[in-house]
Amino acid sequence: MTVVAPPRGTRTERKPSPVRGRAPVALWAMALVAVVPAFAPIAYLVWSVVRAGVTDTGGISAGRLLELFLSTAVLVAAVTITTAVLGTATAWLTTRTDLGGRGLWSTLVTLPLVIPSYVGALAMLGTSGNSGLMTEALRAVGLPGLPVFAGFWAAWGALSLWNFSFVHLLAVPAIRRMDPALEEAARGLGSSRWRTMFTIVLPQLRPALLSGSLLVSLYVLSDFGAVSLLRYETFTRAIYAQFRGRLDVTPALFLSGVLVIVALVLVWAEQRSRGRANLSAAHPTRPPSPVHLRGIPRLTAYGFLSTIVIGALILPLVTLVWWAARGMSLGNTVGSVIPELIRSVSVSGMAAVVTVLAAIPLAILTVRHAGRATRALESITWSAYSLPHLAVGLGFLVLALRFVPALYQTVLLLIIAYVAMFLPQALTSAQIGLRQIGPSIEEASRGLGSGALATLRRITLPLLWPSLLAGGALVFLTVMKELPATLLLRPTGFETLAVRIWSASSELFYTQASVAALVLVAVSAVPLYVLVARDLHD
Amino acid sequence: MSNGYTLAIRARQVSRRFGDVVALDDFNLDIHSGNVITILGPSGSGKTTALRLMAGFDRPDQGSVEIGGVTVADDETFIPPERRRVGMVFQDYALFPHLNVARNVGYGVPKTARRRRVGETLELVGLTGKESRMPHELSGGEQQRVAIARALAPAPSVIMLDEPFSNLDAALRTRVSAEVAEILRTAGTTAVFVTHDQEEALSTSDFVAVMRAGRVVQAARPSDLYHEPVDEWVAGFLGDADFFNGHAVAGKVTTPVGDFPTDLDGSVRVMIRPESVLLSPSDNGGAVVRQRQFFGHDQLVTVVLRNGLQLRARLGPTPNFEAGDAVTVSVERATAFPAN
Repeated sequence: MTVVAPPRGTRTERKPSPVRGRAPVALWAMALVAVVPAFAPIAYLVWSVVRAGVTDTGGISAGRLLELFLSTAVLVAAVTITTAVLGTATAWLTTRTDLGGRGLWSTLVTLPLVIPSYVGALAMLGTSGNSGLMTEALRAVGLPGLPVFAGFWAAWGALSLWNFSFVHLLAVPAIRRMDPALEEAARGLGSSRWRTMFTIVLPQLRPALLSGSLLVSLYVLSDFGAVSLLRYETFTRAIYAQFRGRLDVTPALFLSGVLVIVALVLVWAEQRSRGRANLSAAHPTRPPSPVHLRGIPRLTAYGFLSTIVIGALILPLVTLVWWAARGMSLGNTVGSVIPELIRSVSVSGMAAVVTVLAAIPLAILTVRHAGRATRALESITWSAYSLPHLAVGLGFLVLALRFVPALYQTVLLLIIAYVAMFLPQALTSAQIGLRQIGPSIEEASRGLGSGALATLRRITLPLLWPSLLAGGALVFLTVMKELPATLLLRPTGFETLAVRIWSASSELFYTQASVAALVLVAVSAVPLYVLVARDLHD
Repeated sequence: MSNGYTLAIRARQVSRRFGDVVALDDFNLDIHSGNVITILGPSGSGKTTALRLMAGFDRPDQGSVEIGGVTVADDETFIPPERRRVGMVFQDYALFPHLNVARNVGYGVPKTARRRRVGETLELVGLTGKESRMPHELSGGEQQRVAIARALAPAPSVIMLDEPFSNLDAALRTRVSAEVAEILRTAGTTAVFVTHDQEEALSTSDFVAVMRAGRVVQAARPSDLYHEPVDEWVAGFLGDADFFNGHAVAGKVTTPVGDFPTDLDGSVRVMIRPESVLLSPSDNGGAVVRQRQFFGHDQLVTVVLRNGLQLRARLGPTPNFEAGDAVTVSVERATAFPAN
């Protein structure tokens, strides 16, 4: 439910703000303080690779690096292609055909976003294997059970099921923007339905698909929870294993640096692809007539959508409930995760408040004093958000150890990292709010005798309040389900819901993990989905 | 024209560029206290930039601005907008959406005088009784009057209005602009309008400053501006006009439609406004009607003179001219410019 690049309006806006007063030094200073934590770990990681290139990679051989690179690339490619196909199919079926309940289907295929990938992986583990839900069900009817879902196929399935909705969400507006007259013209010229699909429809979707695919690639590259629980070796899993297994952080740091550099390429490509996708925006003059699906194709379409919804949404939730219920019958209660819930809520709450405060000067600077320098500042804040959080977290950890050891294993460091990583969520929200306020209202206040600070207090902040609240809520809910950076930076014994789910799953305590997972989905992912659902379906 | 007046605003050699775009280039303007003046120019001529520089929302690159005899901007000085005592009425009104009418209007007034000034200015704009409404509960016209009341409430030395009528449709515009000009005259404040609409400028202002390419090309009373524009561009910008080449000798210019007095000599261009042209039906007249556009309250008749030149005449709705009618042309008034 996160987006890698700033929303379109922000990036393409070339028109400078009409307020041309020079940005006060204090504003710049506050914005820089907010941005430095985002910049420092990334710069440090990249530097560590550059340095290692001439001296010491911490024992990581070129062969090992190549092996990791290949296994990661295979997973990224497989998931990206699968999600592109699935997402385009669901988008097309729910917008351009006469299937019943298209709006409902469209919502159902985006609902898997409420399941964080590590929760999805937990559900996969809980449904397969010796005591899994499916195995028990199959055995009940006299069939052999399922082996444990693990390795490449499991990781591929999990990441495809819980990421394809992003492609769906990007493809739907692109399909809506297409002018049906083009298809009709092609059909009128004698082109078959399939030929029209491949020569007219898909080329128009290409910018959206490219954008969606790059987004998914980046998520797969960054994923830590699913690949480590499902035991498929990628960069993130190797980094964590190196980090846990040795006192020397050099190899983990080196691998993180390589991962960040690969991810930066994807981030760069993703941001460029958005600019291009912009150009293709056309406005159809009338809605297209829906494609009539009859007989076998219609049944196939329903079957396809149902399979996806069952696999990505219903089965995992049923599995979690089944395990949770099993645990309850053994005496577990929801109360057992209350300490974790309290820790998650309090640390997320603090992170949300600080993030919003940090976003205010940055938003004012980037909206009211837009220029090359402020755009650069904005890109930096987006990079910590977009890059693999495991790597960014490791960057924070090592920076703290080397330069501010007092911060190591403190909640404060965790909050600084959260602020750096999720600043763009609060920033975007504040920027949208500021743009809606418009500079003339602030100028009117200045003209009536209020100085810059009085105007901020009397006019801007009261009007901006709802946007800040929304941005804060977004940060709060996202921090709740953040796993990799939390795992690295938390003080020993500081278990949040996400950490509990991960550690209980890795130790095969599925009953405990499932209770925590259901609580997390209920208090974080579902509200987050509701909060952004309107934008998603717009 | 400045006898007895003091200067409310004085801008000298102001220039402002945005990147490669020169918005103001040697901009000079004097605004006398108590006047309603309009800065008129096509879009991109720099008029809004000029207004924003005077109000303090922007700084000049060069030049100086004085308000009430005090320098508010030059190479060393920059007085921020909140200390300039300039009221601003924005194109989009910029009402504070979270404050009601009374709190909007009272925003710039010190607490002790607030109740009184809010009451006075709302009465002036005819909105007494709407104090507790929120901005979104008002019609567009009411919002505009709140914006004017809010700008007037702190009793500024100058009030500036940026394209205040551009959101209104053409039918309303004439009436509302007259009302607003009346309100401002009653308040006795110096008022500076910015617009690209020449009729609005001519009908509401004591003075009009015409801008082109970042500078004031002519500032004069509306009627002087209309009849005695400094050049062909200003003439055409202010209203319909036809132009002829002529030759001036001894205080007189000879044209295909008659002789006119001038103090120029040699080759000149002569401007004739359609209102100055009279047509009368006549079988052996010097011209033929080519086209007629009928507007109801008047008609615009294009005639072709014997030498092939065209001339337009704006006449009352009668008589009915038809294409091909022979007419006699007489021109009451013409203005000559030096030919370039």
